[in-house]
Amino acid sequence: MLEIKNLHASIEGKEILKGIDLHVKAGEIHAIMGPNGSGKSTLAAAIAGRDIVEITEGEIIYIGENLKDMNPEERARKGLFLGFQYPVEIPGVSIVNFMKTAINENRKFKGLEPISASEFLKLMNEKQELVGLHSKLTNRSVNEGFSGGEKKRNEIFQMAMLEPLLAILDETDSGLDIDAMKIVANGVNKLKRSDNATILITHYQRLLDFVIPDFVHVLYKGRIVKSSGKELALELEEKGYEWIEEEV
Amino acid sequence: MQMPSQSKIVQGMDASQDKLLTQVTRGDYEFGFYTDIETDSFAKGLDENVIRQISIKKNEPEFMLEFRLKAYRHWLTMKMPQWAHLTIPEIDYQNIIYYAAPQLKPGLNSLDEVDPELLRTFEKLGIPLEEQKVLSGVAVDAVMDSISIKTTFKETLAELGVIFCSMSEAIREYPDLVKKYIGSVVPYTDNFFATLNSAVFSDGSFCYIPKGVRCPMELSTYFRINTANTGQFERTLIIADDDSYVSYLEGCTAPIRDENQLHAAVVEIITLDNAEVKYSTVQNWYPGDKNGKGGIYNFVTKRGLCKGDHSKISWTQVETGSAITWKYPSCILRGDHTTGEFYSVAITNNYQQADTGTKMIHIGKNSHSTIISKGIAAGHGQNSFRSLVKVVKKADKTRNFTQCDSLLMGDQCGAHTFPYIEVENDSAVLEHEATTSKIGEDQIFYCNQRGIDTENAIGLIINGYAREVLNKLPMEFAMEAQKLLQISLEGSVG
Repeated sequence: MLEIKNLHASIEGKEILKGIDLHVKAGEIHAIMGPNGSGKSTLAAAIAGRDIVEITEGEIIYIGENLKDMNPEERARKGLFLGFQYPVEIPGVSIVNFMKTAINENRKFKGLEPISASEFLKLMNEKQELVGLHSKLTNRSVNEGFSGGEKKRNEIFQMAMLEPLLAILDETDSGLDIDAMKIVANGVNKLKRSDNATILITHYQRLLDFVIPDFVHVLYKGRIVKSSGKELALELEEKGYEWIEEEV
Repeated sequence: MQMPSQSKIVQGMDASQDKLLTQVTRGDYEFGFYTDIETDSFAKGLDENVIRQISIKKNEPEFMLEFRLKAYRHWLTMKMPQWAHLTIPEIDYQNIIYYAAPQLKPGLNSLDEVDPELLRTFEKLGIPLEEQKVLSGVAVDAVMDSISIKTTFKETLAELGVIFCSMSEAIREYPDLVKKYIGSVVPYTDNFFATLNSAVFSDGSFCYIPKGVRCPMELSTYFRINTANTGQFERTLIIADDDSYVSYLEGCTAPIRDENQLHAAVVEIITLDNAEVKYSTVQNWYPGDKNGKGGIYNFVTKRGLCKGDHSKISWTQVETGSAITWKYPSCILRGDHTTGEFYSVAITNNYQQADTGTKMIHIGKNSHSTIISKGIAAGHGQNSFRSLVKVVKKADKTRNFTQCDSLLMGDQCGAHTFPYIEVENDSAVLEHEATTSKIGEDQIFYCNQRGIDTENAIGLIINGYAREVLNKLPMEFAMEAQKLLQISLEGSVG
């Protein structure tokens, strides 16, 4: 589903990613771990197509297409979802309105009619329940005045609504208490199917107590320095990132 | 309003947004067509004779001509105001046609006999004048250039005692009401443009809601400038008698032309005890092209008088049109426990300029006012908000809440706010909030990542920003306004 080959990327002329290789197949959950500043969020931004990230070498192939010249909205409409580390506030735009616009844009892309009001309402209710998002929240403006936990839950809710093929969750677990984390993890687990894939970007191992990854990669100074099964996460937790430093 | 005592100028934005704004072009102006119809027009120029001719054309009683002539003589002593934050090219008032009317067959009242070309024009503007086609619940007075073409649902409204007709008709049919109220809120000496209007106004709408009647329909006036080189000077008068209510809508468009055209209107509203008038405008005059050529100069005086106790006047405006806008819908809160409200969204894109805002004059005790202004500046647009909150000595326990927000798109535009406060009574409570923001690259990317393209993302963000105001508009109008906001900014993000 996703194939990243020798990816080099810079932000404002500074090289952050220095040759990443990553292969993600449908049905898999990958965890990317690493200390702060190792390039985790840059990798997520590069895949999603944020224009501050300049790709200098290598390529990203998603469902058989090179993402090089594809704008972010087209990537999104082709099933790529990014759960933001810092979800953005959009004052005055209700989650209901935002989601309806997003869903209809996605439908238009697929040549479908706009979603009917009743269908949309049904979908909203269903997905709200799935991620435990209070219905009061969906009438509020997108992320405005939300607590950290509410923002992250809202990201999972949007993921549930849009049913992506590939979801990249950028530090969705950071700043969450254990109950909120369980809800997020539960959402990820419930949405897992044989035809979709998830990349969890995280600093801590604890999310991986609730979502069992198929692969764990350690990103360090812009390179993936170690890839293994889920046991790698535990080892990291035990020995700390200094261990990686020494290994490298 | 006097010269600015305080000015906050916010220019510019950072480079990240700059990237989004590499090109500034405007979406097409949808209503820029011209109707080719025979017109009965005066020659260009203004003197006493022109005013007498207008009065004769309209078959007016003597008092109206006197009013006009007094205004004209006063106007000759006045100079165009210079205090607004606008660059206004010199206007040659002798180079304007002061009366232009589409040729109507004489003395016909039935709609069937209105020129089909005119019906088609309004139909194209989305304003069908055949009652069976009209949006249910909206009565329309359609004004083209200097005259009213047709007022719909007149008979239905008359059954309730509601008078809704053109100003010309009101002057002939209800001279006592007109004589009593015209100029009572905006006197003929008020300001340069209002005085000019008082001298040469040609048509407009008149509305009287009798005691105890809650008008069951939205009343609306649709202004269309058609003929080249004409000025449009319409005058609207709304009187809400005790315990009555009416919601009033105003829309306007004009053909695309390279030369500027002048629009100087006056709107007066009077509310008596417990009455309420809600006045909404979606202004979509031709704003000029992307290089600032052409467009309407919109110099308008709108003022409401809450004369009776417990009465209320609410102004809501969405300003997307005009090359230059100079407009301050205001409330004089004379009665006790009166309420004045002003909700505004004003967009300036390309080379548009707007200096708009409101005045709330608190005279009555326990009078309350609310001012919510949302300015949006894009391209080379200059957007100024100007407000005056005045509380006189005897006005006890008044309250005002003012919020003025500015949103900037690009680094060539400007947002300016000029709030004035004059309080002579210590019991007054006034609050003032102001913010300046921009559309963030991160907001747009967030929308993009959900599959929403940049153009739609801007529309969504702008409509969210303006939501408090758009929510005040009647339903059908709100939809139109939302679309309009998006169209007005089309292409302003590259």
